[in-house]
Amino acid sequence: MKKASLLFIFLSALVITFAQSEDASAKRKTIPQVNIKDVYGNVFSTTDISNDGKPVIIDFWATWCSPCKRELNAIADVYDDWVKETGVKLYAVSVDNARSTLNVKPYVDGKGWEYTVLLDQNSDFMRAMGVPLVPMTFVVNGKGEIVWSHSTFAEGGEFTIIDIVRKVIKGEEIK
Amino acid sequence: MFPCRLAAQDFLKNAQVTGSFQADAALYQTDAAMGITSQSLNGQPIRINGYTEVNYEYKSFYAGLRFEAYLPPLMGYDPQYQGAGVPYWYVKYKNDLLEITAGNFYEQFAQGMTFRTYQDWTLGYDNSMRGLRVKFMPSKGITLTGVYGFQRTFWIPYQNNNRGIVKGIDGDFNLNDIFNALANTKLKITLGGSFVSDYQAGKTMIYPVGDKVYTFNLPENVACYGGRLNLNYAGVNFYSEYAHKINDPSQMNVYIYKPGNSILFDLSYSRKNFSVEVKSKWIDNFSYKSNRSYTINGLDINYLPAINKEHTYALASMYPYATQTTGEVGIAAGVMYTIPKNTKLGGKNGLTIAVDFSQVNSIKKTPVNDTTPIGQSGTLGYATNFYSVGSEVYWQETQVEISKKFGKKVKGIFDYLYQTYNKAVVQGHPEDPLIYSQIGIADVTFNVNKKLSLRWELQGLWTKQDNGNWAAGLMEITISPKWFFSVSDQWNYGNSDAGKQLHYYNVAAGFVYNTSRIQLSYGRQREGIICVGGVCRYVPQSSGLTLTVTSSF
Repeated sequence: MKKASLLFIFLSALVITFAQSEDASAKRKTIPQVNIKDVYGNVFSTTDISNDGKPVIIDFWATWCSPCKRELNAIADVYDDWVKETGVKLYAVSVDNARSTLNVKPYVDGKGWEYTVLLDQNSDFMRAMGVPLVPMTFVVNGKGEIVWSHSTFAEGGEFTIIDIVRKVIKGEEIK
Repeated sequence: MFPCRLAAQDFLKNAQVTGSFQADAALYQTDAAMGITSQSLNGQPIRINGYTEVNYEYKSFYAGLRFEAYLPPLMGYDPQYQGAGVPYWYVKYKNDLLEITAGNFYEQFAQGMTFRTYQDWTLGYDNSMRGLRVKFMPSKGITLTGVYGFQRTFWIPYQNNNRGIVKGIDGDFNLNDIFNALANTKLKITLGGSFVSDYQAGKTMIYPVGDKVYTFNLPENVACYGGRLNLNYAGVNFYSEYAHKINDPSQMNVYIYKPGNSILFDLSYSRKNFSVEVKSKWIDNFSYKSNRSYTINGLDINYLPAINKEHTYALASMYPYATQTTGEVGIAAGVMYTIPKNTKLGGKNGLTIAVDFSQVNSIKKTPVNDTTPIGQSGTLGYATNFYSVGSEVYWQETQVEISKKFGKKVKGIFDYLYQTYNKAVVQGHPEDPLIYSQIGIADVTFNVNKKLSLRWELQGLWTKQDNGNWAAGLMEITISPKWFFSVSDQWNYGNSDAGKQLHYYNVAAGFVYNTSRIQLSYGRQREGIICVGGVCRYVPQSSGLTLTVTSSF
């Protein structure tokens, strides 16, 4: 029992250190290939997430997650301006499971959101991207490399996201 | 030597490693008013649930594992989770045509009525399959999936036939991708079918009925098969799924031999700013587990979709409805409309209004003959007509929700709900009456500036049954992007027993740094769902200090 807890603490410490370490020479991560679905039920490969060389925002959310909806609503208020300024494209990946997946499109339309919505019903993409909880947001540069990620949503957090996107456009290094 | 070393370096350097970590630790205290005594703490005031999952990807090869530890499990989690180990691991090979997974996997056929394995950390549910999964995509629009293995249940290894071997195949077909004639039509059609079988050894079983003892013949192979269809045209979507299960006498249906049926319909229309959805389901004896004596949460082979809304506000989720696998029929409808901004009705910022309704009833069961009562073990159990509707109400809910921005800095969400909850059926307390409750919620956020925002919640639940009225309040301060604090309370002021008019208070503080998050909270937690500091989770009843750490890389 003690051995198991020690091993667990060690593994966790390892993971947390890994998470915080900034290895400049480490290769940037790319979006893993997973087959999920679009809102019409067609198979969608995550390698098709692209925006003609312009930045992409991937936002994991669910219809049952209030902070997720708050985040996407907050961005919706400024999305038109963001697109005009940076050409960014937001993919809202729903991790709604069998229980609520058919609600997703009616909800998105009812709210008037303009995002590209994808359905990750089996949480395959969520697992492959290492997402433990929703909401979680990633910014991807024009080469398909993940340059920034953030867990949870704090009011005003959308301003941080657009700042990162602006930096990507200018080719600046993201810390 | 050289090529080997280079290959090994390449293996590590060009691989992609991702992972996540979560630990929930609690220091519990006794709380006489809540009924938490030192006996309930069991001499274990400190408890921790934790996991680390690592995934490795190199070209077409994938591998991963999850290490879990419950030392001991938090209150509210099944004590059978006690311990630590690696309950989940896999290796996978994938190319454009084929995907093969050996080890543990999660998979779902359609909406899950024949087969669904999934994991929910906060629920403490994991029925992952361990075995083999093959996915074959011979051409665009066709996906064939085969699964074979046994399911996870806590740390119990598979031996001595303690659960069944599950096999299944599924075909998913997108007709617009398969047939050139349909490639560009506006009508989009997908359809599919699946066949699942569970083998659990045991040809007979001794079963006492009254003062007699019977020998039941058991079906060692229980098959469940179904089909589905999805039609999409312009903004209209129609989905239907039907599944049939052969006789499956089990503890869940008290050993009746009636086959099971389940059907789901979902019709929706949506365009920008407007959507309407109607759905209905009919379930007749459809619990499907890989161990026929299991009645706890676990070893389910299938999943029966719910049609009622899942709530996150504390008082709206006070009485949550749970699907009755032995038989139920339900209908739900919802309309959502966003009045655009700068219109007469919408004002400067627009307004979204959503109205939802759902109801679930029993199905109509009639005896199989004059001498056999309904539900008699060892018989067919009962007879029912397709889509029959019984007279007992299990659940009913009407909800109106309005979301509105007031100027640039203030936004609010306002809800009114009316719920009818059949506690006797859902929680198994036969003497309890139906609970009728009205719920009001106001959730207002004030963005002081780019960095600071405040959020308040005020909730009320009014009922004459059960524990009476409740009031709840919450205040949350967020200092973007790193800090959050909250204070909340739920007060059962209307309880007829003055000693039970408790306050479930809670204070929390947290810190977020990139993909890591730490939250410390103190107080009492009523069992329910809570959303604070940017995340929603299921939380069991407790009193004391809790620490949660999550991270991903």
